[in-house]
Amino acid sequence: MTGAAATKPAYSRHSRALLAPSVVALFLWMIVPLAMTLWFSAERYNLLSPGKNSFAGWGNYRDLLAHRALWVAMGNTLLLVGLVLVITLFFGTLFSLLLDQDFPGRNLCRLLVIAPFFVMPTVSALIWKNMLMNPVFGLFAWITRSVGLGAIEYFSHMPLLSIVLIVGWEWTPFAVLILLPALQSLNPEQVEAARLDGAGPVALFRHIQLPHLLRPMAVVAMIEMIFLLSLFAEIYVTTGGGPGLASTNLAYLIFRDALLGWDVGRASAGGVIAIVLANIVVLFLMRVAGRNLEDVR
Amino acid sequence: MAIESTVLAWNRTWRVLALAATVAIAAWILYPRGGRPELTVATVNNAEMILMQRLSRDFEKQNGVKLNWVVLGENTLRQRLTIDISTGSNTFDVITIGSYEAPLWGERGWLVPLDDLGKDYGYDDIFPVVRQGLSYQGRMYAAPFYAESACTYYRKDLFRKAGLEMPVQPNYEEIRHFAQRLNDPAHNVYGICLRGEPGWGQNTALISMLIHRFGGRWVDMDWKPQLTSPPWVEAVSLYVDLVRNDGPPGAIADGYNENRALFANGNCAMWVDATSGAGALLDPSQSRVAGTTGFARAPMAKEGRGGTWMWCWGLAIPSSSTRASLAKRFVKWATSREYIATAGERFGWMRIPPGSRQSTYENPAYLAAAPFAPLVHEAILSADYTQPSVLPVPYVGLQYVGIPEFQAIGTEVGQEISAALAGHVTVEQALALAQSEVERALKGRSRK
Repeated sequence: MTGAAATKPAYSRHSRALLAPSVVALFLWMIVPLAMTLWFSAERYNLLSPGKNSFAGWGNYRDLLAHRALWVAMGNTLLLVGLVLVITLFFGTLFSLLLDQDFPGRNLCRLLVIAPFFVMPTVSALIWKNMLMNPVFGLFAWITRSVGLGAIEYFSHMPLLSIVLIVGWEWTPFAVLILLPALQSLNPEQVEAARLDGAGPVALFRHIQLPHLLRPMAVVAMIEMIFLLSLFAEIYVTTGGGPGLASTNLAYLIFRDALLGWDVGRASAGGVIAIVLANIVVLFLMRVAGRNLEDVR
Repeated sequence: MAIESTVLAWNRTWRVLALAATVAIAAWILYPRGGRPELTVATVNNAEMILMQRLSRDFEKQNGVKLNWVVLGENTLRQRLTIDISTGSNTFDVITIGSYEAPLWGERGWLVPLDDLGKDYGYDDIFPVVRQGLSYQGRMYAAPFYAESACTYYRKDLFRKAGLEMPVQPNYEEIRHFAQRLNDPAHNVYGICLRGEPGWGQNTALISMLIHRFGGRWVDMDWKPQLTSPPWVEAVSLYVDLVRNDGPPGAIADGYNENRALFANGNCAMWVDATSGAGALLDPSQSRVAGTTGFARAPMAKEGRGGTWMWCWGLAIPSSSTRASLAKRFVKWATSREYIATAGERFGWMRIPPGSRQSTYENPAYLAAAPFAPLVHEAILSADYTQPSVLPVPYVGLQYVGIPEFQAIGTEVGQEISAALAGHVTVEQALALAQSEVERALKGRSRK
């Protein structure tokens, strides 16, 4: 550090000194909560039994790992993220292709497609739960009943899928928001040339547009994953993690331990496990996305 | 040149404005706001508490106090208060807690005892069972605001049409028979509505009442969980059968509020739940069945033993509060006989906080306005929360177990039972899973 600084011009040292406060602040911002979580996760610490804290070592982790709930929650987390990614990428690409065409009312249409993203998660979850999916007075029940089919009890029979549907609806606009401008940035001459060579819409999509979209798709996947791994509001509002553990993800499990069990130790251990899982998933995704991008080049 | 000077002038104007704004904000922050002392009150967003907030202007005027209100939903409030009080931060001067928290928090020394509110407070007027529920070792730690027990709501018009008659004291066999007869999904009327939403204050509360009625208990005297014992299997099977066959679809998402809405909308022929729903069901502006709602006692199991339901909301003062004496004055005001009288005269007797005091049930104005009053009175008096089961138990509480672990246990058990209700697992499987959850949570206790 000092060696490098010595060979560089003096102003660099000044600028570093000026940068230091914000760097230190950001570092503390990150490291203090992390260190505290690690510390709590090694403690027997329940808010409701004050003065009984003691060192637990790996106890909290052993408890969690030995319990069915953690594994179910982990599976649900991955399933949730994976399915929502598939849905948003598929519909995001589809809508982007459609909205890229020229047709009357295109701007209004774009606005409407983007709109769901700006509704608060709790609000949209409530609307879906009470106005659309409710089996007694919901819209879906009314539709299926009026064509002679019974009503589906979404949150009892397919709790996780229902949540995937809601979250997919919320996040598809985000994919459109990223993919549509990317599609518009495609060089029109290239498209023209492909057309002259006799490429139909399918071939055009497969060989020109899709390769062009791979990089923004990776961006969409990455950002969505960051938010979806910690999905909470939609679950809290609709199913409360049930029935059983059918729609409990890691974030919800941690909430249950922390704010219903008041078990700070176990909740912290759950948090640490969630961090590890998130890092594994991100690494995996970066690998896959990275390899695809290499192929394209 | 001219443009430049205009720009400069503008810049100057902005700078002056910004400076003025900064000075104004600084002055506002630094200005000493002496004078009226302030109390911070945290409460639940139930109708009775909202009314208290409106009436509290009187208290502010009489005492020269300013009240800051924090009004939250029950679950959020509970989370907020537990974190606050267990970490000893003194955010609140008056908090709203239930009969589950009061003894537990009193035991930990987190609350100020409220035995010295004065002779004119009328301690003798409070129902003993209510006062006991908010006490630990004989000291009252929360002043009762309102209390509830459980009852059976039913639709008199539907019963008459079907030629049925609801007994004053129904049992579960009769309830099952009625539900089968009255279930009419084609017209969106369901035989019975019961809580299905998982949660220790939701479906677990109902289940807890059921298993106690069926002669079961949560744990034996050594804290060994009893969730796979015959009374549990019998009670939970009955519950699952009732709701699946004769209940509304999607019942696993229905808690207290959803069921009240369903009943008020005319979708249920019967509803077994807390008595505090009665006022809203008889209020024509909130209910389409105001004229046709009947009341009966909470159903019994065959033998007719075991407790029902007892919940009380009370006002308490955290030990960390620096204005305890002033806070006491507020608590006394809000839970007094005079408060109930004022609320009744100003907002109508149907909307007073019920269930806490003998004098309420001797008041002719209230008895005239609330036809369900005698039933609620009797239900509260008969709810013995120290004797929930016919078998001996090491805990207190009827629709809950009065131990700190119960929030976690109750939630997990509620989840497993909702899985059985949704048909994902059988009742026996759900109870076996629930049993292992409770065993895990009570590991420390049963070893003792």
